[in-house]
Amino acid sequence: MSTVATDDHHDDHQESPYSIKRWVFTTNHKDIGTLYLWFSFIMFLIGGVMALIIRTELFEPGMQFVDPQFFNSMTTMHAIIMVFGVVMPAFTGLANWLIPMMIGATDMALPRMNNWSFWILPFAFAMMMSTLFMDGGGPAGGWTLYPPLILQTGDAFPFVILAIHFMGLSSIMGAINVIATVLNMRAPGMTLMKMPLFVWTWLITAYLLIAVMPVLAGGVTMLLTDKYFLTSFFNAAGGGDPVLFQHIFWFFGHPEVYILILPSFGVISSIIPTFARKPLFGYASMVYATGSIAFLSFIVWAHHMFTVGMPLAGELFFMFATMLIAVPTGVKVFNWVATMWRGAMTFETPMLFALGFIIMFTIGGFSGLMLALAPVDFQYHDTYFVVAHFHYVLVPGSVFAIIAAVYYWLPKWCGNMYNEGLGKLHFWLSTIFVNLTFFPMHFVGLAGMPRRIPDYALQFSDYNMMATVGAFGFGFAQLIFLYVVIQAIRSGNKATSQVWENAEGLEWTLASPAPYHSFTTPPVVK
Amino acid sequence: MISSAKSVVGKLTLVAVFMFGFGYLLVPLYEVFCDITGLRFTQDANEELVAQEIIEDTTRLVTVEFDASLNQSMPWEVKPAVTRMQVHPGRVYTTNYIAKNKTQSAMVGQAVPSITPFVANKHLVKTECFCFENQPIEAGQQVEMPLSFMVNPKLPKDVKVVTLSYTFFDITQSAEINNFDSNESVLAFN
Repeated sequence: MSTVATDDHHDDHQESPYSIKRWVFTTNHKDIGTLYLWFSFIMFLIGGVMALIIRTELFEPGMQFVDPQFFNSMTTMHAIIMVFGVVMPAFTGLANWLIPMMIGATDMALPRMNNWSFWILPFAFAMMMSTLFMDGGGPAGGWTLYPPLILQTGDAFPFVILAIHFMGLSSIMGAINVIATVLNMRAPGMTLMKMPLFVWTWLITAYLLIAVMPVLAGGVTMLLTDKYFLTSFFNAAGGGDPVLFQHIFWFFGHPEVYILILPSFGVISSIIPTFARKPLFGYASMVYATGSIAFLSFIVWAHHMFTVGMPLAGELFFMFATMLIAVPTGVKVFNWVATMWRGAMTFETPMLFALGFIIMFTIGGFSGLMLALAPVDFQYHDTYFVVAHFHYVLVPGSVFAIIAAVYYWLPKWCGNMYNEGLGKLHFWLSTIFVNLTFFPMHFVGLAGMPRRIPDYALQFSDYNMMATVGAFGFGFAQLIFLYVVIQAIRSGNKATSQVWENAEGLEWTLASPAPYHSFTTPPVVK
Repeated sequence: MISSAKSVVGKLTLVAVFMFGFGYLLVPLYEVFCDITGLRFTQDANEELVAQEIIEDTTRLVTVEFDASLNQSMPWEVKPAVTRMQVHPGRVYTTNYIAKNKTQSAMVGQAVPSITPFVANKHLVKTECFCFENQPIEAGQQVEMPLSFMVNPKLPKDVKVVTLSYTFFDITQSAEINNFDSNESVLAFN
């Protein structure tokens, strides 16, 4: 790369679309959105390979391929990567691409900070993954980082903590940017209650991020000082309590799981009306339901720790508060169903993924209700039933919503349609294999198979074999997705600016592909 | 518009900084929560009870069980002198724990008590306990550690058995560092 040539075009990034400098220094919301989405996809493949290592070891009972320490660090890294490296960056990428277009702004409110919050991530994850090559191996105490086990991590420990600090910093800055954009950059006439639900759910998610990521940062800092500076936050010998960490972690962790799902609700609320050709049923109730879920997420954390020893009153409070969340979530599911009721539905790929989301997320919601029952949780706790539950809400939940969003808005982003036949194939393979992977986990979990163990009793063999076959099928089906996206970008049929017959929203008034700067003059919203 | 974006950023940054502090605030809040619910044994509850006038209840017998365990394969041998006692609430009893350092070097241990059922936390009063201070033991030595306790007559009637369990932690390293810092010599003993 010639420095002279690029310096000449310093101010206009569009002139040199393929230079590395364009991507490193970009402050454009679309470029940064693209970076986030590709980063997320690469991490999805890396985290996916880790999942396949786990499933390969669990294909048969007995120890086959990896040693237990490495197995445990695979489960730990898989979780951290999928949560912080895949779902969160993918949603931030979607927010970057879509929020300015949806509210009629030129760009995000804080473009330079936007650049910074993305570019922290590759460094954070490079540091995180480098720990696999250190003395003592990578972190192997589970993504929940419970002491005292996590304090036994070798040289990797401070690197893991610092990487988590960076990831937190990145998402806090991303969240501040979203809030500043939504509050300050809306087009004239775009009142809060006229915003698309994707913007609403992201606004609420951003508040959750700012509220809880610093708490996690505080918690892991306490771990760090406990290990290296002889503090006793979690050390019983010094008057601390390891259970305190679980409270701090889940005070972050429970809102975190809503951070991973609320933007999906926004995506689904955009897609269902388009393909049902009816306006969204109960817009205002959707907004209030999202707000209620966000509020409730702060008072239910101890349902993750029913078995640590809690007074009966505590168990009951957290049980009932948790079950209360089913009410606003139910409002959402029924609103989506009511939107489709007597609609003129068609089943293009984004709609298929959205419908898959509604059905399979609801399955995950129901197993969540089962886990919320404190008396029976004593049997389910730390079994594969829990693994089945959160994979149902995260894979056919969040991940399907992200894929649906990519299919839905891709023609707007790149100006070309994707291959509908391959898209549908991708959907059906993903749906079949995701169920083959995770449904049997309910059964082995109820029968008592513990999670995070590389070996298991013989009676669990058949279901584990099915799950492994499903995992490989699901993993390879995602390569179709990669192919479809690249093919659409390179050589798809030209898309109209409307793209979908009945799509509503400001983003569809822009040309396809969307111009580099979204709305240079603010649109008028009626 | 730009200045209002700045004020939003300023406020949100303050919220983030506050929430970082809130994470630390959860530490004392948790202590308070444990005190109120009696989830853990706390010194304050103990002192409060000692100060009260207590009448012995000879009509009632409560079984107190003693237990000891070692944290992270600490190379000591610790056991209670007796594993269970029948006691009258309101009377002070004394018993011993026996600890032996099986290594070739001096070590410092710290006992952390745990009482079940939770409700008994508020009602098992220790007037003298080896758990109040560090326990230094020379290489290969065995020591007897006294424990004086009383069951408060306010203990709910349905509680018939109270289990007092001690976990011993190896704090040799941190005791040495503290020793370096202060004149109070934890390792020196006769």
